[in-house]
Amino acid sequence: MRRGRLVLALAAAATLTLAGCSSGDGGDDADAGATSEATEETGGAEGTIKIGIKFDQPGLGYQDGSEYTGFDVDVAKFVAGELGYGEDQIEWVQAPSAQRETLLQNGQVDMIFATYSITDKRKEVVSFGGPYFVAGQDLLVAADDDSISGPEDLEGKNLCSVTGSTSAQRIKDEYAAGTNLLEQPGYAECVTALTAGTVDAVTTDDIILAGLAAVPANEGKVKVVGNPFSEENYGVGIAKDSDKCEAINEAITKMIDDGTWQELLDKNVGASGYQANEELNPPTPDACA
Amino acid sequence: MDDGFLQQYLSLFDEFDVLAAFWVNIQLTFFAGILALILGTVLATMRISPVPSLQWAGSTYVTLLRNTPLTIIMVFCVLGLWGQLGITLSPDFTTNFFRLAVVGLTVYHAAFVCEALRSGVNTVPVGQAEAARAIGLSFWPAARLVILPQAFRGSVAPLGNVLIALTKNSTVAAAASVAEASSLMRTMIEFRPDVIVAIFLTFALGFVLIVVPIGLATTALSRRLAVAR
Amino acid sequence: MSTLFDVPGPVARRRMVWVNIVATLVVAGIGAWVLLRLNAKGQLDAALWTPFLTASPWVDYLIPGLLDTLKAAAISIVTAAVFGFAFGLGRLSPSRAVRAVSGTIVEFFRAVPVLLMMIFFYLGLGKLQILDPSDVPLVAVVLGLTFYNGSVFAELVRSGVHGLPRGQREAALAVGLRGGQSLRLVEVPQALIAMLPAIASQLVVILKDTALGLIVTYPELLDAARRFGSGNGNILQALVVAALIFIVINYGLTRLADALAGRVGKRTAGKPRAEAPSLVVATGND
Repeated sequence: MRRGRLVLALAAAATLTLAGCSSGDGGDDADAGATSEATEETGGAEGTIKIGIKFDQPGLGYQDGSEYTGFDVDVAKFVAGELGYGEDQIEWVQAPSAQRETLLQNGQVDMIFATYSITDKRKEVVSFGGPYFVAGQDLLVAADDDSISGPEDLEGKNLCSVTGSTSAQRIKDEYAAGTNLLEQPGYAECVTALTAGTVDAVTTDDIILAGLAAVPANEGKVKVVGNPFSEENYGVGIAKDSDKCEAINEAITKMIDDGTWQELLDKNVGASGYQANEELNPPTPDACA
Repeated sequence: MDDGFLQQYLSLFDEFDVLAAFWVNIQLTFFAGILALILGTVLATMRISPVPSLQWAGSTYVTLLRNTPLTIIMVFCVLGLWGQLGITLSPDFTTNFFRLAVVGLTVYHAAFVCEALRSGVNTVPVGQAEAARAIGLSFWPAARLVILPQAFRGSVAPLGNVLIALTKNSTVAAAASVAEASSLMRTMIEFRPDVIVAIFLTFALGFVLIVVPIGLATTALSRRLAVAR
Repeated sequence: MSTLFDVPGPVARRRMVWVNIVATLVVAGIGAWVLLRLNAKGQLDAALWTPFLTASPWVDYLIPGLLDTLKAAAISIVTAAVFGFAFGLGRLSPSRAVRAVSGTIVEFFRAVPVLLMMIFFYLGLGKLQILDPSDVPLVAVVLGLTFYNGSVFAELVRSGVHGLPRGQREAALAVGLRGGQSLRLVEVPQALIAMLPAIASQLVVILKDTALGLIVTYPELLDAARRFGSGNGNILQALVVAALIFIVINYGLTRLADALAGRVGKRTAGKPRAEAPSLVVATGND
């Protein structure tokens, strides 16, 4: 008797779990199918649009309470608006770096605004609108530190970056081989070490650093050096067969021309005192393939 | 498995020093293992001691440490001990993080060593303690000469389990900025996604080769040392 | 443990008071030094801690993160139990081949670090593109936890059966059951009841290990705490809060496991245990 009950309970639990999984998946798929059909039929003004952003980069793409904030998010809202989607028609999807291509290829998102650099390798599998911003690798240092003005000054200093990132390695390889490297799970951990004075600099793209510096708790404690030493063209990731590229580029051009671009940049990272590299910004969108 | 694949696979070993990465894990395990055994023994002694405050301190330590994810402990070691408190364990930057990771692994696994020893103490028959008291031994001599030696022999198997867990958990040292096997595996997969399965199996087998002998040795040891009752 | 020492007399009691005072002073001294250092670094500023008294971090980060942690743990415990049951029986099979295969699989997955498995499944499944990408982190976490903890459960089934008194099997054979029937009807059910407390304490391991999901972008509790902390400049404080949540839940589970171990003892001839058995590499049916 006991054995019967136990096996039954196990079986029931397993079935429940499986049922839970499959019904969840089914639901999602059905939704996705319905949305994309609706979009195609009505030319984009109805239904919803799925946009991939970062959830964990303050100032760029950040889940702030129950809403989303940041430069990438605001640009996405503007572009979506130009494409005919109101803010309540946008569905935000988290797009971690390692999953961006897959999300686009599987049609899980329609556009990606997530510090997504345009590279030839990525162009083999996805297409890009934009660029809407040109970032560059830079350094974040303590506000009162004037000894570091570029990567060459890092000799013998402590530098922090995220685990597995190539940007810190580039500094060691190309500028200052004697740099001490600390790898952390995220940039926020790096900033904590920086404000505590145990590392001297944090490195990644300048606008990401500016976003971190603009967080109220960090304001006035850290600053972006402002001497970028690489060029990253942030584009709008779209599927290879997407027809949205032209419309996206028009929207970006309009946003730059009417001053919205500068306004959004100031609003999101202005508090850090950071100015975008003026030689390269604002960029002109590339021609669509 | 044609020649091309094998060639590609082998070429990975020229580019990445897999053995060196595993050596880091073995070193982490070795140092943290010894320190955790010492700290765990102290904690176990505290928990069986006659002083209520020591009992309380020992059990609080175990409750707090063994219920916290190791990842959090590792991050605290780097951002807390070093980042905020300024505790530096070595003038050399990399060695410093290695030692901080050893500290993190030690304080976490000491809680489990303590539990393993306590289970060993439980295997010592009450008569042993009573006999020790009857011949006039007070707590410390009784614990040192009668209880703990038997407890160690009775807890070889659970201690072996802790050592195996420690070996595997040394991969979490990546969170403390230590370049070891798991971070190297990740780099290698991102660099060569075409041979992902082969890379994973290489690292998995590496751990099997380390862990299975530990299991065999502790099993054999626990049989040999078991106190015949 | 009271048999270890005599009831302390007046001298011993006085000595204990001194030990207590000295120990308290040492601990308080270290505590004070830590707090002073943290204060000097501004980590004790009220502004970094008070956000946790408001609703937003809980409603928008910590509770959804905790739910995701519990979801991954709940799925894993069921799949791990199924895996463990199947391979535990496999290791008790009369067929030498089945025993050898089950034994190899169990020993393999017990030896491979969970983190390694999660990273492999995360990157591998992402590359295969057979899953909805947003499900990949969850599946990677669940698979990693399933294979490891399932192997632990398989060992529990096996050692549970081996831990039964020999008389159970002899009695079953004596009333005319065959070997397989004895296993199914008499031995495994008792072994399963004996392993209930161990399942509960293994849940602690599973819950803690979901935190490794952070590395494969699974939005569990630790990741949620980090996300809140990075936008508010209080990541250390957020991690402390997350650690406390883990400690409270796991402490409750540990107590549950101990209580279970006490209760189920009456319902089985086996020895209930709250801990996983040690790794026994021999695959023979000794």
